[in-house]
Amino acid sequence: MTATMPHSDPDALGDLAHDLEGSGGNADRSFKGLAYAAGGAVLVVLGLVAYTMISRSTDALQHMGLDFFTSKRWSPPDQIYGILSYIWGTVFTAVIALSLAVPISLGIALFVTQVAPQWLKRTMIYVIDLLAVVPSVVFGLWGFLVFSRHLDGFYGWLSDTFDGWPVLGTLFGANPQTRSFMTAGIILAIMITPIVVSLSREVIETTPQHEKEAALALGATKWEMIRGSVIPHSKGGLVGAVMLGLGRAMGETIAVALTIGSATGQITLNALSSGNSMPAVITAEWGEADALKKSALIAMAMTLFVMTIVFNMAATTVVNRSMRRSRGAA
Amino acid sequence: MSISTLESPTAAPDLPDLRTRRSWRSTKSHIMVVLMFLAFLVILVPLMFVMGSVITRGAAIVFRDFPAWFTSTIPVRERAEGPGMGPAIVGTILITATAAAIAIPLGVLGAVYLHEYGKQSKPARTIRFLSTVMTGVPSIVMGLFVYVVFTLRFGLSGLGGSLALSCLMLPVVIRTSEEMLRLVPDHLREASYALGTRKARTITSVVLPSAAPGVVSGCLLAVARAAGETAPLLFTIGAAKKFNWNVFSGPNSALSYQIFQNAFSSKLPAQERGWGAAFTLVAIAFLFTIVARIVTGRYQKRRG
Repeated sequence: MTATMPHSDPDALGDLAHDLEGSGGNADRSFKGLAYAAGGAVLVVLGLVAYTMISRSTDALQHMGLDFFTSKRWSPPDQIYGILSYIWGTVFTAVIALSLAVPISLGIALFVTQVAPQWLKRTMIYVIDLLAVVPSVVFGLWGFLVFSRHLDGFYGWLSDTFDGWPVLGTLFGANPQTRSFMTAGIILAIMITPIVVSLSREVIETTPQHEKEAALALGATKWEMIRGSVIPHSKGGLVGAVMLGLGRAMGETIAVALTIGSATGQITLNALSSGNSMPAVITAEWGEADALKKSALIAMAMTLFVMTIVFNMAATTVVNRSMRRSRGAA
Repeated sequence: MSISTLESPTAAPDLPDLRTRRSWRSTKSHIMVVLMFLAFLVILVPLMFVMGSVITRGAAIVFRDFPAWFTSTIPVRERAEGPGMGPAIVGTILITATAAAIAIPLGVLGAVYLHEYGKQSKPARTIRFLSTVMTGVPSIVMGLFVYVVFTLRFGLSGLGGSLALSCLMLPVVIRTSEEMLRLVPDHLREASYALGTRKARTITSVVLPSAAPGVVSGCLLAVARAAGETAPLLFTIGAAKKFNWNVFSGPNSALSYQIFQNAFSSKLPAQERGWGAAFTLVAIAFLFTIVARIVTGRYQKRRG
């Protein structure tokens, strides 16, 4: 990237200085070594995480075979560990959270970048950042002791009103619980909104000014400008931002553990029933676990690790590609 | 519709007509803008409720027993009334500070590698990609990882928690620091090289100082996030009720851990302590964020 500049590459100059001067080369080399080592630390940590997760989970995986992933029966006294219902709980709450958070986040991101005047923009970013700083355990505490206690009437109403409707009837099914997939999903939605907002803001701001001005010059209204030039331009990056939000929602532990209701074996589309998610189960059952159960819980963590890593890799690739393309276009 | 308006470039008398024809489009635009702003209000509501609960319930507990809240130990019996989060406050500060002392130097050096040495080379691109991916590794996975490689051998201690937190902070510090190094103009580096300075010296005395305010504010935000993490601490630090000033050995305690435990308690005094701990933790996290904001503000003013 420095090659495009008319004058020479600063690095080459650095190397030249290196060649010219006699003393101090050792300090130079050892600093370089330190920097390389620090860069390598990321590889080492990720590699070690993968290695420990795999090596520690073999006991449980050998004991259970493929049933570990395909059975929904989790019964530690019988040494039966099937995590399917927890995988379902993790994915279902994350999807609920996303379907609530994405429209809101995109709305905020578009408003902040395209509509808001400077002073309002700064205030709004400030507020969203404050939301990002509130620890997840505080959301959990609030969700557990305050929020879920006020949901009884609302969930009952949802369940009664949509009884018998094609899709909503399933989603808001019978026997609503105040601690449920839905409650956890709502809390998660509040928590991932700041992340999705800040990622989509970054993506949206790469839209070249001249494309927006071109749209306005053709007589487009603000919304038509957004529809016509901002959204097409940043679509890829927005998809990536949403996927990163999904990864974050699947990995969230404490807030979900407090609000999902801790019920085993629930694989249902009824968002109002209690369930459980992988991180929540690990948190709750680690304390009194024997060796085999610990291995099963680590295998569960490995499953979670693989799921989030895959999502994040895909999302990062998508974001990088769209950023590179837009930078090329600009 | 827009084409028809473009096709009639005739003079002034048409203009009022154009206005009326545009009205639906501009109404629609206005509706969308209002919806976008409503999205902001929608997210503001839970934030206000959460903060409201934390402040009204938490502050009441903290200030009811003002100095004792910070100085006395945590009651062993959940039923016991009264104050005490001292050990957890000390634990949170020590554990987070140790984590910062591990992750920040490593992360900043990692960013130096990426931006000053590796650049667009293949290993640097891989590390950049993986550090972005690493930001998404669930905190509970990091907690279990540290449990297996550290706690099983050395027992419960604050250091275990610090290691887990530093694994979570590392990619964040790398990313924000690299972002800041990118903002340092190349002519500063060139000027330094022109004086015959070596690369390492250039980085430590020219590049890093000019990126420092941005790096500091990024690190403060990372610290604020780390201070609120719970899951990595569950397996690594134990749940001490007494003061432990030694991060390196013996069970320790943390505010986030205490909030989690007390939330599940059915005893009212324990729940109250949970709210008090939540208030203390949020206050600490906000303090860091606000300091970070001030640092960034100064920096921008100086650059602008």
